Amino acid sequence: MPREHDVIVVGGGHAGCEAALAAARMGCATLLFNINLDSVALMSCNPAIGGLAKGQLVREIDALGGEMGKIADRTAVHFRLLNSSKGPAVQSSRVQCDKQLYRLAMKAVVERQRGLDLRQGLVERLAVESGRVTGVVDSTGFFYPARAVVVTTGTFLNGLIHIGTFRTPAGRAGEIASVGLAESLRGLGFVMGRMKTGTPPRLKASTIDFGRLERQDSDPAPRPFSYTTTTLREERLPSYFSHTTEETHRLMRDNIGLSPLYSGVITGVSARYCPSLEDKVMRFSGRGRHPVTLEFEGLDTEEIYAKGLGNSLPLELQEHIVRSVPGLETAEIMRPAYAIEYDYVQPTELRQTLETKRVAGLFLAGQINGTSGYEEAAGQGLWAGINAALLVQGRPPFLLERSEAYMAVMVDDLVTRGVDEPYRMFTSRAEYRLLLREDNAAIRLMGKGHALGLVPDAHYRELRARVSRIEEGIRRLSAKTVYPSAETNRILETRGSLPVRKPLSLFQLLKRPDMGYEDLAAFDAGLPAVEEAVRKQIEIEARYEEYIRRQKEAVERFREAERKKIPVGIDYAAIPGLSNELRIKLDAVRPSSFGQAQRIPGMTQAALAAILVYLKKKEMNAAAPGT
Amino acid sequence: MTQADTIAAIATPPGTGGIGIVRASGPGAERIGRALFRPSKTSNPLLSHRLSHGKIVCPTTGRILDEVLLVFMRAPRSFTGEDTLEIHCHGGPLILEEVLTAVLRAGARPAEPGEFTRRAFLNGRLDLAQAEAVQEMITARSQRGLDLALGHLRGDLSRSIGELRAALLDVLALLEAEIDFQEEDGVEASPRDALLDRLRDIAARIGGLTASYGEGRMAREGARVVITGKANAGKSSLFNRLLGEDRAIVTPHAGTTRDFIEEGASIRGVPVRYVDTAGIRAARDPAEREGIDRVWRQAAAADVVVILLDGSVPFTTEDRDIVAANRDRNVVVAMNKSDLPAVLREDSLPGEITGREILRVSARTGEGIPALRDAVFAALGRAAGASRSEAVLTNLRHKVALERSCASLRAAEQGLSGGLSPEFAAFDLREALGALGEVTGQTIGEEVLDRIFSTFCIGK
Repeated sequence: MPREHDVIVVGGGHAGCEAALAAARMGCATLLFNINLDSVALMSCNPAIGGLAKGQLVREIDALGGEMGKIADRTAVHFRLLNSSKGPAVQSSRVQCDKQLYRLAMKAVVERQRGLDLRQGLVERLAVESGRVTGVVDSTGFFYPARAVVVTTGTFLNGLIHIGTFRTPAGRAGEIASVGLAESLRGLGFVMGRMKTGTPPRLKASTIDFGRLERQDSDPAPRPFSYTTTTLREERLPSYFSHTTEETHRLMRDNIGLSPLYSGVITGVSARYCPSLEDKVMRFSGRGRHPVTLEFEGLDTEEIYAKGLGNSLPLELQEHIVRSVPGLETAEIMRPAYAIEYDYVQPTELRQTLETKRVAGLFLAGQINGTSGYEEAAGQGLWAGINAALLVQGRPPFLLERSEAYMAVMVDDLVTRGVDEPYRMFTSRAEYRLLLREDNAAIRLMGKGHALGLVPDAHYRELRARVSRIEEGIRRLSAKTVYPSAETNRILETRGSLPVRKPLSLFQLLKRPDMGYEDLAAFDAGLPAVEEAVRKQIEIEARYEEYIRRQKEAVERFREAERKKIPVGIDYAAIPGLSNELRIKLDAVRPSSFGQAQRIPGMTQAALAAILVYLKKKEMNAAAPGT
Repeated sequence: MTQADTIAAIATPPGTGGIGIVRASGPGAERIGRALFRPSKTSNPLLSHRLSHGKIVCPTTGRILDEVLLVFMRAPRSFTGEDTLEIHCHGGPLILEEVLTAVLRAGARPAEPGEFTRRAFLNGRLDLAQAEAVQEMITARSQRGLDLALGHLRGDLSRSIGELRAALLDVLALLEAEIDFQEEDGVEASPRDALLDRLRDIAARIGGLTASYGEGRMAREGARVVITGKANAGKSSLFNRLLGEDRAIVTPHAGTTRDFIEEGASIRGVPVRYVDTAGIRAARDPAEREGIDRVWRQAAAADVVVILLDGSVPFTTEDRDIVAANRDRNVVVAMNKSDLPAVLREDSLPGEITGREILRVSARTGEGIPALRDAVFAALGRAAGASRSEAVLTNLRHKVALERSCASLRAAEQGLSGGLSPEFAAFDLREALGALGEVTGQTIGEEVLDRIFSTFCIGK
């Protein structure tokens, strides 16, 4: 008989690992299940961590004491800073990792975590008593009691793989699906749906003519994801670019009937931002070519990830299609591309903590919530793991506002808007993105991670010292004034900057794009030398002061609506003048504030006014002596 | 579907008319109809959106109150979005009063002012701009004002804003695609010149709407036409002549009108507030000086200033002061007392008004008054601005929101033309969209992403 655990996590992927580690680190006896211990933290699709908006997520996870950034740093073999020519808010890091090293490194951390048990097993059923989860039952019928359960099933929940007309139940190529658990969730009454995703073929490196392709090397001086990382691996692997051809498109068009996507066999919803080659050719027929990127899956393997060639066509046709691409004329497929359909739970079933409204103590994270992407999964895993631990410990929940973190934007989008296609993070989803940068993730969030016990004291002390150096620097520069003297303007001229016409603080001078922190030493002999991270924050605060100030004002306006709370037990059926459609949505989402209600799709000002009027009337009736 | 109570009111303007309408809205409307209405045919009288003929009887006495046409409109297809009953009675305050009383006895309560509109708004039948339009319609002072309010109710303004919003969303989507999908998905940066052109075009269109506020406000509240001139030039006589009534005190002694007097009239459907002011002369006492200061303040707030000269006396320094003080204003110059021998010579007039047409009028005989009205009307057109937009702004809240939107657009333009990274212009555009949304009550949702995905091929 196993001991009772505080928290059980079902599924050891990117969400599950973060959830289990967070719960265990917060002092909960935690048990993590995976169907196969050799595939813990496996990167099922591409070998990359990070990317636009996703890089921000990884840094936020790191600032809160999560693991993904650390493991990515340790196992990365290719580094890129995306949007490096744009402003700091939309710059994101992306790395390619050695997939096997990543998996093993994460597994080792999980295995060695105190208070965390890792176990191979297939969870078949959730045990629920009077609306509260009490544990899980595995496929052999064994019951594991727990006070909270986090389910992170990825593509395994009722997974079904398609290659041409071939279909097989699977959670990933070669791995069994989780069918019983899907039934268990349906039986509990959850609103569920079906999504579709896919993965491109893996090709054999020695059969590719790389010499003909454009090569992209890793950035020479990468910045790591984690504040804990001090050194990176030495080895680097390049990527290569090619493109589809007229022949690729012809093959696709002539055989489109063989694709389960177009023959109507696949009913799951796929993401518009991640179309298979079928969709690209059929929906964007005007484009002569689509990009293909070749990425190494690891240091010690021949497998090449052929980004851009994802499809669900029969194997023979896949070969023709691959070989229609320049550089791939003789390429051999090692793993075929496939499409996979899986079940998800409509995330409007969830509270802001990612606990389900239907079953107390049950949390969901990752693809089961209709998202896609390793980073999105990890962020939710961390969020759910933290809140599961807090629930068990009887502590108040951990929540962030949309103005504080991409993670909060994601969770709020999910539970407020629901999903109708796999949800991926974009910077455009974050209305306060000028404030939610990679470079200030630690400043934004590490204090919260530390308060939860997930960030060690030493790291937090170090951050606070850095923050005070930033503040001190800004104070000093704001207090120092340069005057339009000949001397001043001579110095400016030698630096290629325009002369000043009126007295200016050094902080104002730093607004000039051709001025850096170090340049200011010419006007302030005592200016202390500071580390890169401090210098950069000071420069950003100066250069974008106006925009940052305006965005902060927007945040204040946003907070006002968030502060207007809607009572938990509000009876939407009693509010006159609400359309049925909105009433159903409001009942499902049960927004906690007017701010959140405003973000429900299809919400109207009129409906908000109706709720407001109703609440005001109720208030007045309560205040007035009874009639 | 709604649990509100049922409200009722006489929906037609007070006074005797050919017909008058009593309207009831709310869940009890159908029941009230059944209780009061005796159809002349036996078929179901309360079929939705059908006009039925019959009689209204008093629910307590059974007395026939009137022979009527009755229409029942089932929710949500009615003005308020609720079940609505309209009883078309014979006009006449007494009959209407009696029918309304019967409706109230049958279970309705009297509607508060604006309550039908409020319900329509709350039920999502009107957006904010439209709801405000109903309010404007009720308070409209002129045919033109009523037309504008009707246009807003029809959605002219909402449609104009909708078009601007769509154009802005298109530009925003291009910038967002550049931010999120240039690096990994090969979306190309949009040429800045083209984006700037589009932004300038949108800003110009918003500017056109904003400029129409002058006309809109005049149509709604009345344009201010201030009559100014030296003492005894005949301003009050002109004022009375323009109004067609004896409103101001007219005496042959200079300086009778110390305070200004204001009265409403209408020129070709445009409501006008004529303002008669104290005569300008070297003030003898502090009260008079104060009065003259007030004249200048009135002139400053005017849409049109009528400078009235006295043709029967020579041009004076007071006249010169008046002309100079109104140099930058929208001015019509008239020379009064054309019925008396002309003393004032046009070549004695100062440079500011020499090129202008000087209208000869006689407030006493009425000579030249129609031409003066026309000139004032033309000047009002100048004050309203040549608004090219179909929709016209009448609401200050809308104007302020649109001005904020324009300011954000200018910031976006500056950012983009200054080579700033696109996320900054995107922020400005979101602010501009937010301000536009304040007029119609729309917020930005998934539309930006929808536009990106329908325009670009993005993905792995």
